[in-house]
Amino acid sequence: MNTDGSDKKIIDEKAVASYWRANISLMIKLLFVWALVSYGFGILFRPFLDQFSIGGAPLGFWFAQQGAIYVFLILIVIYIRRMHAIEKQHGIADDEE
Amino acid sequence: MDANFWTWFFVIGTFSLYIGIAIWSRAGSTDDFYVAGHDVPPLLNGMATAADWMSAASFISMAGLIAFMGYSGSVYLMGWTGGYVLLALLFAPYLRKFGKFTVPDFVGDRYYSDTARTVAALCALFVSFTYIAGQMKGVGVAFSSFLGVPFELGVFIGMGIVFFYAVLGGMKGITYTQVAQYCVLIFAYLVPAIFISLMITGNAIPQLGFISDVKGTDISMLSKLNQVVTDLGFKAYTDNTKSTQDVFFITLALMVGTAGLPHVIIRFFTVPSAAGARKSAGWALFFIALLYTTAPAVGAFARYNFIDTVHESTYEVADAQDGAKLTPDWFKDWEQTDLVGWDDKNGDGKLQYLAGDENEVTVNRDIMVLANPQIANLPGWVIGLVVAGGLAAALSTAAGLLLVISSSISHDIGRKLLFKNMTDKQELRLARIAAGVAVVLAGMLGIYPLGFVAQVVAFAFGLAAASFFPILLLGIFDKRMNKEGAIAGMLVGLFFTASYIIKFKFFDGRPPADQNWLFGISPEGIGSIGMILNFSVSLVVSRLTPPPPQHIQDMVDEIRVPTGYQVGRVDDLPHAAE
Repeated sequence: MNTDGSDKKIIDEKAVASYWRANISLMIKLLFVWALVSYGFGILFRPFLDQFSIGGAPLGFWFAQQGAIYVFLILIVIYIRRMHAIEKQHGIADDEE
Repeated sequence: MDANFWTWFFVIGTFSLYIGIAIWSRAGSTDDFYVAGHDVPPLLNGMATAADWMSAASFISMAGLIAFMGYSGSVYLMGWTGGYVLLALLFAPYLRKFGKFTVPDFVGDRYYSDTARTVAALCALFVSFTYIAGQMKGVGVAFSSFLGVPFELGVFIGMGIVFFYAVLGGMKGITYTQVAQYCVLIFAYLVPAIFISLMITGNAIPQLGFISDVKGTDISMLSKLNQVVTDLGFKAYTDNTKSTQDVFFITLALMVGTAGLPHVIIRFFTVPSAAGARKSAGWALFFIALLYTTAPAVGAFARYNFIDTVHESTYEVADAQDGAKLTPDWFKDWEQTDLVGWDDKNGDGKLQYLAGDENEVTVNRDIMVLANPQIANLPGWVIGLVVAGGLAAALSTAAGLLLVISSSISHDIGRKLLFKNMTDKQELRLARIAAGVAVVLAGMLGIYPLGFVAQVVAFAFGLAAASFFPILLLGIFDKRMNKEGAIAGMLVGLFFTASYIIKFKFFDGRPPADQNWLFGISPEGIGSIGMILNFSVSLVVSRLTPPPPQHIQDMVDEIRVPTGYQVGRVDDLPHAAE
């Protein structure tokens, strides 16, 4: 029990700072890919990428209508897994998992 | 069995299921009513979020919209899915850890200000009412065009059913009904999509058919489509019909707008933990992507098939010469609903579908999904299924919005602002009354649409992008952000976005209004600029004014760690030596 009567476990500020840094760095990498596949491949570089094709679709067009969505999904899956590992590493993995 | 029988069969069957779920999951407390007791499993919450998110417009209109916009339709595909990455990484786990009921709750507490709370509550109300009117109208349209029920009666039936499970069950009832509605709508969407993909490309998976060759040839479906539409004078399907910067900013506004929509955010309050919120966002995107990656395939197939069967077809069987192409039956059936039309301008008895003035065929984009079962010659029960799917999409979204409306009134404005010593029981009663009144209002908006309802959809995303997104993000990631910065940023973002949309949507809508657009950005995409303005103003103002009080900074530390933990200095703890 804590002073405020809750039964939450208390963690150290330093561990939190290091946990937070790891989180931010992961987040920035993932958001970079997020922007690259949509705003990059799907929009800005589309005219260039359209000279290549995937199956019967121009590549830039395919990224805008299919590929970006698949990558978004993969990004969230990586995030869920990496965050779980980061939390474990800092001793704050969620008990309710 | 005819289609009418099957339509009634599926509609009555699914509606009974929703009512059954509502009775089983009655809400007993405000906790149940607002956040389903915080104990919805992440996978189920993902399904519920997908149903919540995908409205009548996603189900019925999106594929058709893409069919006619081609590449430019990608703004909806990327915009309405990319927002979930932002939700998962930036909002869901932290807002869940915060552990309250509503979005204005977070804004009011984090910025220690009732002004901020009120602005947020009013925004939430405005955005939700904008959205819900379209859903109730969709229910009325589905009933009147498929079942011959008068439009108003259709809206009343929809109101009745939503009233029943939203008012009785609150978030708990809504969540489990949405899970059932997701199953109905995705099945109803995929079955015709699979058959039409098989028909055109011979590939049963629409996402693969999309990049395959036209059946029996070695030319890809998309190149064939490009060739066919350019022959008729349209721009190539895979080419952009908007400017690049407009596509960029509309996509951005839709993405951040999605991440800032209150009815989506509150779904993540219902799972048990912060990690659960992350998982749940992943499941939500998975379930949404099933439909959103199918839609562009359906759009392209439908456009191809439409031209292939309708263009240059002979209308009257008697006029047809040997080997002439006859106008398909589904075209004639749908002519009665005015979704398609034909005006034989050159009197040759054939339908010409062209880009220029000689075009004789008018076509509503919704036909692309609605007529799919007939186009693919599917049995009558598939048509019934599509109707039940469209109703499921409309009802599930309406219910989610209803909850935001009711909680904004009973919780944010009622308990937190006006009657601070209300008991839990009184608040629950107020929430139910507010939900009831909102259902009636939404139904009225569906029956008597204000002329501008269609115009204000741009508002919902623009305002969410320019108001909620920046202040939620800064509230979590910038500890120094204070009440002055947040309020100033929110007001500037709102004012700028609202005035731009009002100027171009209501006063200056006629072409060539786009010549006056700021950086060539249409009103749909202006929320992105509003968001950037909000960020800049908040950051500058907050640095010129005092930092937030210590307990607020501690609260930010708190929401950054997973559920079940609290931040402290190890030295202060009795067991520090361990």
